[in-house]
Amino acid sequence: MSASWLLSHYTHPVVIVLMMGGLYIVFTSGNLIKRMIGLAIFQTSAAFLFIALGKVGGGTAPITIEATSEAGQALGQRLPPGYAAQFGVEGVVYSNPLPHALILTAIVVGVSTLAVGLAIAVRIREAYGAVEAGEIERLDAEAGRAE
Amino acid sequence: MTGIAPPLDANTLLGFGLLTMLVATVAAIALSRRTMTAILLMSVYSAASTMWLLLMDAPDVAFTEAVVGAGVSTVVLLGAVLLTRGERVAKAGRWRVAAAAAVTLVLGGLLVYAAIDLPALGDPASPANAHVGRLYLEAAGRDTGADNVVTAVLASYRGFDTLGEASVIFAAGVGVALMLGFGTRATQDDPRRSRVRGLDALPESDHHVVLRVAAKLLIPVITLCAFYVLFHGETGAGGGFQAGVVAAVAIILHALVFGLADTMVAVRPGAARALAALGVLAYCGLGVASIVNGGMFLDHDFLLPPAFQTRLQTWLESAGISGGAHDWGQHLGMLAVESAVFITVAGTMVTVFYGFAGRLRDAVPEPGA
Repeated sequence: MSASWLLSHYTHPVVIVLMMGGLYIVFTSGNLIKRMIGLAIFQTSAAFLFIALGKVGGGTAPITIEATSEAGQALGQRLPPGYAAQFGVEGVVYSNPLPHALILTAIVVGVSTLAVGLAIAVRIREAYGAVEAGEIERLDAEAGRAE
Repeated sequence: MTGIAPPLDANTLLGFGLLTMLVATVAAIALSRRTMTAILLMSVYSAASTMWLLLMDAPDVAFTEAVVGAGVSTVVLLGAVLLTRGERVAKAGRWRVAAAAAVTLVLGGLLVYAAIDLPALGDPASPANAHVGRLYLEAAGRDTGADNVVTAVLASYRGFDTLGEASVIFAAGVGVALMLGFGTRATQDDPRRSRVRGLDALPESDHHVVLRVAAKLLIPVITLCAFYVLFHGETGAGGGFQAGVVAAVAIILHALVFGLADTMVAVRPGAARALAALGVLAYCGLGVASIVNGGMFLDHDFLLPPAFQTRLQTWLESAGISGGAHDWGQHLGMLAVESAVFITVAGTMVTVFYGFAGRLRDAVPEPGA
């Protein structure tokens, strides 16, 4: 548990804290809109974990550049000798493109499903006149007793 | 860890700051008693996470999060709050809070305990980074000719996966439209519905002059930006998903400033949903085209007919143009995938917005008030 170990592992616990924050919001808020916000936070935190694991130290965004170009040389100068040859592709170190491709589609799918959830909340409000889960349950129980 | 230890430089400190800001924002959302506050804080959360994603070398993801998280999802959430009038958040009971805190603490503790074994941040030799990710980086230039490896993975290597995502987005749009309608209710009693208004025709109310002038300047630029992002996706950050959302944002801005009825004349709800369906259909058709030419579903190497590809190759060689005919199929295929995704996403986002905004008109006066 040295300082350098903490420095290289701190993102995982922080992402988990964000995830638990989202879960806590889902658990404690009866308001359906706020519940959807909690779910959205939960979802983005999972995305952050993927992206953090795809980061390569000393790397750059996965858009191909020449190692001999100005930007390529500037990147190479910051790395220890032999690092780019071992972990880079043609002399340039890139971060992992695969999580990026997976997560960027997941974000757009996320907003679409968020919209579906909110549409359901809107219809629930129109049917019950309430948007708090507790109140909806109470109205449901009353309707059940009346039948 | 086999790589280099992360230095304690400006970027690392910025990362600390942004993550702290994210945690603080989530805490503030958890404590907020008004949904409006929570939504605006959610927008802040997205903006901060955009910067953090850039630090993590993910410009494509950062771009998506910026337009989706801080843009479209805020609009949809605000629409939902207006429609449900659920502005107050009821206070949770003491037992509920205690139980939620206990569950999240225990689960979070278990996850942190499990995360100790995860590879370090920036480890180049971790299983995730050393195998398939590296393979894509090495082969993308040769296989697809794309500079942006994320686009190569998205539109070529994993095109089938992206077809699934596009279908999910389309299905979500259909779901919202089935529940909230196509928004056409908003214009039923509007006399302007029948005629197309010129852009210079002034609306009846004139108290948003600054907004209208600014929007008139911004909307063409935003639309142009959407197409730039679409066609630039192969060489830089961007692509069909981001471009689709940016284009939808231009239409949403028009609706917010000039009124929904005018926007529905400019971009008809029927056209928006037809485009969304057309995108998914065109994507499937693209896959079938490569089957017809003797390849696998969505294998862009077989997008062009073999006879045409041979002729193209001879012509390219005689004209002295570098890059073989093989690359042309890949370039065209990726552009077609990005375009199909673009119209699906733009069509779906506009349909979703019309669904929410179209209900506002009947929802705004309180029933019984």
